[in-house]
Parts: sequence; C-alpha cells; structure tokens
Amino acid sequence: MNYSNSLNHIWNKFKDPERVKSLVNLIKKEIEKYGKPINIMEFCGGHTHVILRNGLDELLKGYINFVHGPGCPVCVIALERIDLAIELAKIPDVTLCTYGDLMRVPGSNRMSLLKLRAEGYEIKPISSAMEALKLAIENPQKKVIFFAIGFETTSPHTAVLIKQAKKLRVKNLWVVCNHILALVVLEYLLQTEEKPLIDAFIGPGHVSTITGSKAYESIVKRYQKPIVISGFEPLDLIQAIYLITKQMIEERCEVEIQYTRSVTPEGNIKAKEFLKEVFNIRRSFPWRGLGEIPYSAYEIKSEYEIFDGEKIFKVSVNSGKENPFCLCGKVIKGLSKPTECKLFGKACTPQNPIGPCMVSSEGACLAYFKYKRI
Amino acid sequence: MCLAYPYKIVEIKNEWTAVAETQGVKTEISLQLLPEPVKEGDWVLVHVGFAIQKLSEKEAEESLKAWDELLKQSEPYLE
Ligand code: SF4
Repeated sequence: MNYSNSLNHIWNKFKDPERVKSLVNLIKKEIEKYGKPINIMEFCGGHTHVILRNGLDELLKGYINFVHGPGCPVCVIALERIDLAIELAKIPDVTLCTYGDLMRVPGSNRMSLLKLRAEGYEIKPISSAMEALKLAIENPQKKVIFFAIGFETTSPHTAVLIKQAKKLRVKNLWVVCNHILALVVLEYLLQTEEKPLIDAFIGPGHVSTITGSKAYESIVKRYQKPIVISGFEPLDLIQAIYLITKQMIEERCEVEIQYTRSVTPEGNIKAKEFLKEVFNIRRSFPWRGLGEIPYSAYEIKSEYEIFDGEKIFKVSVNSGKENPFCLCGKVIKGLSKPTECKLFGKACTPQNPIGPCMVSSEGACLAYFKYKRI
Repeated sequence: MCLAYPYKIVEIKNEWTAVAETQGVKTEISLQLLPEPVKEGDWVLVHVGFAIQKLSEKEAEESLKAWDELLKQSEPYLE
C-alpha cells in the first residue's frame, strides 16, 4: 500500500458509522451515570454542520443538548463592515476582493457585494490571500483592496500577504482588516449577562491548530468549563463529546485535544510569529449580534500602515438597521435555535438570505435549512 | 471559512510554494506558514490556499487504536 492510500484509509475510519454508533452507546451509558443531560456549545460553525449533517443531535437527544456557537466569521461580521466593503468597492478604479462567502451577506437595505457586482463594480471572490497579490501585480492600473475576514485560521495568511507585498514593494494593494479573535469571544460569552446555558465547549479544530491548546488554559481555569478541541469527522466529534462526559463525571476541568493529528499545545509557532509581526490588537471591534467587544480583533501595525486600506481610503458609511425579526444575534450567542426565527425558511432562505447565518457555509441557520427542515 | 482539508504534496516548486492534491484536484499552495519542512508525499492541512499544519499519520493511527481499545473494553457492559 502506498503512503497516500494508507492515509486515506485512516481518514475514512474517522467517518466509520459503526465506530460512531458504539461510541454513542458508550456516551449514553456514561451520561446515565452522570444523571442529567450535558449542555455543550460547539464553538465552530464547521462543527455545527457536521453535527446536523450526521444527525448526531438526534442520536444523542435527551443526553446532549447542543448549543450552537459564534464560530463563523461570516456570521459575526457587523452590518457596518459590510457597508464599508460596499462603499470601498464603489471607489473609482478599485478592485475589491474577498473570500467568497462574504459576497452574499446583506448589508444595509439588503445590499450585498454580489448585488453590487451585478451593477458593474469590480468585485472578485478569491480562494487564497495570495490571489490578491497576484491581482495587484497583474493589474497595476487598478487599486486592489483585500477585504480580509476570519478568525486565527485566516489572519496569518493576511499577515504573510502584507509582508510579501512590502518585500515586493507593491504599490497598488491594500488590506482592510476584519480579523477577529476566537478566544476573546468565547470568554465574552461566558461573561455576558444573557448567558447561554453551557457546561462545556467543543473547541475549534482549525483555529486551535494555529493558537495551540495552551491558549485556552486560563479561560478553562477562570470559568470552570471543560474544553475539548475536536476534528471535523463524525467520529472526532463523538470522541470529543465522550471526553467531555468523562471530565464532567470525574469533576475535572481541563483543555484536552481530541484532534491530535493537527493540534498541539503550542500551536503553529510560525503562524503566530507572522501575526505578532504584522498586527496589533484593536481597542474594540463591532460583532454582529454581539455589539462592540473590547480587544477582540486585529489591526495592521503602523510599520505596515501604507497597506492599511482603512487608513488610506476614507469613505463614509451610513448604516441602517438590521431586520428586527432576524434572530442572528441570539443564534450566534447560543440563546435561540434558528427555527425559532419567524423568518426562517419563509422570508429568509439561502437564495434570499436576510441574516448572515443563512448565508455562510458554516452558519447555523443554513445548517438547519439544509438538514432539519421538515 | 474555518474548514481546512488534508492535501497530499505532489510537487515542491520552491521554498514557499508547492502543488498539492485532494480528491484528484491539484492546486498551488503556500508553504509559508508551515513550521517544518515538507517533502513530496507528505500530507498537510490546507486552509484557503495555505498549508497550516503537517498532518501526523502516526497520531491519527494512535487515536483510532486508543478508541478501539476503549470500545473493546466496554463492549461487555454495552450489551
Ligand atoms: S433565519 Fe434568517 S432572519 Fe432568521 S435568524 Fe437566521 S439568518 Fe436571521
């Protein structure tokens, strides 16, 4: 057997329904010992989709109550930031590029980058930050603005892009930074007055690949909630839930890594160095549904400010109001399920989304629409 | 946005770039965020164009083994 086949073979085992079934039974027995259901927040929207797609919530009904978390960067982007992207794209000679999912998120008056593109403005979806650099180099007459979004999973990419642009002395590329910090919002959820009921967390697998598991230690200690960092196959999640159950029974409270094939205690040191070199922490940043959260996002350091699109291009943004019936804010906080929203599946569908949770491929509303509609 | 997928390195182009393959599709990826060197045949986790981690086959195998062991031990009482 050659190397690639052997690895594929191992990978497929993480999808194995038989293994999942036996572990589900084991978890049920353990929870019977524990005596009551456990409320687990899966922070990451990617996990929400795996749980619903594979019906893990149904398999564990009455034993585990899944609370869906804010871990989807598209879902938490504030209305005024979308409006900012739209205004930037209207500047003459600008080509605005961003990750694809963001294009359909409605800003004020249900305007989106996708709709604006249909009016003839130059807006390009990209699938790697380095494509922004290529665009700038190949189109010297254009002002290329990269509207960068994402948690720690994508912020190092943007840092690499900025450093590379400086090295190559690129003069027509700017970044508008919307990079946000997963651990800060996780802690924020545990502090707000309107707290969701959470006993433990399933930690995000790819954010933690960068940050490392040690980064969570102080949160776990302070708030006494176990965190198990999980991979993205059904078996990964079931294993993570089992580890949480064990911690609850044994009254332990730790950070554990289930996703050992990718996550280490230290994380990706090189990526963290890039982050430190290019970004500072912002004093405050707006999140959709959550409002301003102090120290919750990155900004570009002054050494690199010639690439900071927010400083170079001054546009005025006049944001409207969100649709008052959209429950995204509560969905993001784990306080409401998408199906509790009056607009769900009626006025708000993936084809015609009202809130970002229905747009993003990791959004909870989209997951319910795809897997839970009766 | 936060999903990453395992890719196999099929060609190292230079210090910073490689061609990698997943499910028959080949793409150019950046190696700039990888803390350790990789070679052709290695598996990496790729997230929007960047390899962010070399994947550990050993760890994957070990975690599966550990779980199978656990299931075996608990089988009698599962019935
Ligand atoms: S269903 Fe639509 S309107 Fe309702 S919370 Fe979700 S995104 Fe918002």
